[in-house]
Amino acid sequence: MTAPASQSAPSAGTIAEQILSGDARAVARGMTLIENGSPEGEALLDRIFGKREPAPRVGITGPPGAGKSTLVAEYARLLRGEELQVGVVAVDPTSPFTGGAILGDRVRMGEHATDPKVFIRSMATRGSLGGLAARTGDLCELLDAWGSRVTLIETVGVGQSELDVAEASDSVVVVLTPESGDAIQALKAGLMEIADVIVLNKADHAGADAMEAALRSSLAFRGDKGWKPPIVRTIAIERKGIEAMHEALLEHRRYTGAAERAAALRREKTRLRIRNAVRDGLLNAWLERQDFDAELDRAADGVLRGESSPHRAARDLTERMIRHGERTN
Amino acid sequence: MANGRTETATPKRPRDAASDGKARPAASEPAPRDPRFETLSGIPVQPLYTPADIAPDQEARVGRPGEFPFTRGLHPEMYRTRLWTMRQFAGFGTAEHTNQRFHYLLAQGMTGLSTAFDMPTLMGYDPDHPMALGEVGREGVAISSLEDMEILFRGIPLDQVTTSMTINAPAVVLLAMYIAVGEKQGIPPEKLGGTVQADMLKEFIAQKEWICPPRPSVRICVDMIEWCAKHMPKWNSISISGYHIREAGATAVQELAFTIADGIGYVEECRKRGMDVDEFAPRLSFFWDVHNDFFEEIAKFRAGRRIWATLMRDRFGAKNPRSWQLRTHAQTAGVSLTAQQPLNNVARVALQALAAVLGGTQSLHTNSMDETLALPTEEAATVALRTQQILAYESGVTATPDPLGGSYFIEALTDRVEAEALRYIHRIDEMGGIITAVERGYPQKEIADSAYRFQQQVEREERIIVGVNKFQSDEEVAIPVLKIDPEIERRQIERIRAVRAKRDAGAYSRAMTALRDACLSEKNLVPFVLDAVRAYATLGEISDVFREAYGVYREPAVF
Amino acid sequence: MARKIRVLVGKAGLDGHDRGAKVVASAMRDAGFEVIYTGLHQTPEMIVQAAVQEDVDAVALSILSGAHMTLFPRVHELMKERGIADVLLTGGGIISKEDMATLQSQGVGQLFGPGTSTVAIVDYIRDWAAKHRGGKVPAAG
Repeated sequence: MTAPASQSAPSAGTIAEQILSGDARAVARGMTLIENGSPEGEALLDRIFGKREPAPRVGITGPPGAGKSTLVAEYARLLRGEELQVGVVAVDPTSPFTGGAILGDRVRMGEHATDPKVFIRSMATRGSLGGLAARTGDLCELLDAWGSRVTLIETVGVGQSELDVAEASDSVVVVLTPESGDAIQALKAGLMEIADVIVLNKADHAGADAMEAALRSSLAFRGDKGWKPPIVRTIAIERKGIEAMHEALLEHRRYTGAAERAAALRREKTRLRIRNAVRDGLLNAWLERQDFDAELDRAADGVLRGESSPHRAARDLTERMIRHGERTN
Repeated sequence: MANGRTETATPKRPRDAASDGKARPAASEPAPRDPRFETLSGIPVQPLYTPADIAPDQEARVGRPGEFPFTRGLHPEMYRTRLWTMRQFAGFGTAEHTNQRFHYLLAQGMTGLSTAFDMPTLMGYDPDHPMALGEVGREGVAISSLEDMEILFRGIPLDQVTTSMTINAPAVVLLAMYIAVGEKQGIPPEKLGGTVQADMLKEFIAQKEWICPPRPSVRICVDMIEWCAKHMPKWNSISISGYHIREAGATAVQELAFTIADGIGYVEECRKRGMDVDEFAPRLSFFWDVHNDFFEEIAKFRAGRRIWATLMRDRFGAKNPRSWQLRTHAQTAGVSLTAQQPLNNVARVALQALAAVLGGTQSLHTNSMDETLALPTEEAATVALRTQQILAYESGVTATPDPLGGSYFIEALTDRVEAEALRYIHRIDEMGGIITAVERGYPQKEIADSAYRFQQQVEREERIIVGVNKFQSDEEVAIPVLKIDPEIERRQIERIRAVRAKRDAGAYSRAMTALRDACLSEKNLVPFVLDAVRAYATLGEISDVFREAYGVYREPAVF
Repeated sequence: MARKIRVLVGKAGLDGHDRGAKVVASAMRDAGFEVIYTGLHQTPEMIVQAAVQEDVDAVALSILSGAHMTLFPRVHELMKERGIADVLLTGGGIISKEDMATLQSQGVGQLFGPGTSTVAIVDYIRDWAAKHRGGKVPAAG
């Protein structure tokens, strides 16, 4: 009959040990626990925290068709050439209508598909109200425990996900091509803001010079924030320019690793992380406790009957929830 | 609502219909069967076609058979003078098995050979490669070296038959082997007639049998076109294919558009090489699918000829009328066959074959009824051939060219199919051509969308497939299925190892070194592959040289 | 946070006809599954490593080349070796009823022949997951 997973599930401590010994299946199952937001997942994260040196996280984002997957595959190849264990988290959007997703980034990574020292995990955004960065970060922590020495995070730069990737990464690579002109307009300044390294892929295509010039001028608008993102030309499909990208990333790592900056950055990231987790935790707890859906239905009915504006209804509901929270404490 | 298990033939009378309060037409007229009649491409079909539906300049647009723009056919008398070639695809097991099947079909009256290769051969792997495990001799014949090729054509004089080889990624190797076999029979290349499919663009779009990325793959195709233009005047160096594009889920309009766009791509690459269009265009050939929508398929054939002729003459400046002619092979749609009630497939194939003939095809393959289950049995393959022979000799449709020409419906539909295809072609031009469009995944996405849409229509019973979502039956008709002996793989592995052991090692290594160097140069690769093949280099070894030189392709997941 | 059904969809062997695999993957997405699409030319080793890393509930293979009697058993064997024998192995293609029965007797799940509706495949996996993997999200609204 039914054999619910929890009956025979190993404890967080056991899974943690298995992960630390490099057991891929344990890593994968740990990742599922985290993705599902279960308390076992959190227990697992507690167990592995601080057990291994965190691997640098490189976020790779950009408009669709820029060649990110190929770039990730080629970069992983370079890192493997240096005998480094590599983690990859590939993020793709969940359909807002169906809740499902097609996660196809492994297709381009066929070269690494049987390498036990490359761990590739495909993650769907799951339409989270925030929390994507945290979840990504949590998966990266599992990869740290597994033994990753560099973790690559690949996402498509649409919607909010590029901000999440910035939050979860130590260095962000924005991948563009000579044809990206329209995409950049559409995707706004956000991409340029978060880039630590800009890769101009398919650099053999017409318009590469013009695109590079345009990128330089828009970078000038960022003002002087200390680190100036270099523009690296690549032809990922021919394995060209990958070394240069690697050098640029190492340079960025040295820059952020410099003592004064590193401490401040670490504090900022930790604060942000806790803040977001608390926000999510509070919200979820409240929503569960207070029969939120029923309240929401009542509020919506009221608005539809013309009794109040949506803004008013939301304010009233929020105030009631806060008062309720105060009372039950 | 009937549960679809059995359906009476009587149409519903208005008062039996659901009482939904809707107004009913006059009692004497039964309610229309389906408020929305569309072709498979989604083109709406009117309740009636009249002279008003034909364009005013129809006579000039349509022309006469054998004259620009060839809407009505490539030749003035078409099948009155010469029937289409009945070319049935064959190939399985070892070269010996397929050689036997060739002799059988030739004796049954088939007029041209067509070779199907197994998956390892199609993908450039020798039978002892790990990727070949379980696949040797399964979907076609295993050909790994010149020795296999010699056995394949034993007893068949290559100057008396024409041979079509359905091979793409390693096509240059198979072509070289065919030429080498001809040499051994004392026949020079210029006497050899046939076709090699060698259309890599449609591989990236649809069939997905590739080795190297798009640009080097196209380079090798152009090498073959160039070399054959000079040395093999009777040989079609490419078969620009719509069949696979259609089978992957494209509509008729998309099939037409993407295939023509591929053709434009090859012509442009050849011209970049400095070839004059009339040097090579007469030997470009095409390959259409023939699907269920009877009139749309006929319109597609006619529109295709007209579009190509116009492009060749007006866009590319071809002067030789033979450069304007879209010569085509056709195959009935494999994807339309059902595993349920396989005998029904005989009827499907007959209708599709009729559409191809009324469409004016130059050669035709008819599928066997049992092809959804496995490669065809001899009996089923014979019925498929007889279908063509019945069409040719009993039906009378060969008595005059383009019998449906002038039909209000056919001319209107031809115009419409042409217009829709041209829209796609313009869009691809604007993207920078088909190679760029392929690299961006554009045709692949269109095809995936059409395939998904079709499946949804079938599951919602908006599209009926007899025997599958209507008129189902519980009984299973036992069609004898062809089983491939797994011994074949073992024997083929032994054979290839023997070939490698007994060949002249010096000649082999010299030829391979020269090939390797040539790959990195701008030289035409055909003579180098010929030398390698004559030295008994294997298909896998030559393909590995390409892999080394150009890299291995991995496609993006396009949905 | 909801639990999702994760399915690996891929094609084993050299056959490149992915129309069916893509249509099934799309239908699964529309049913609320997360589909790890691994694409063409997968070896059994590639498929199983992906299944391990992605912690899938099911592996769904599309094989039209006739090599299913070699490929399914090999994938199944590797799944056992890598400790994921509790994951469903299913799929479809051009597979005779006899071969389906043989494979099922070896522990492979139900297989689907030509003309199967995507609804049947989705329902099968969803029901199997509900029975064996516990607590999965019900059908998308």
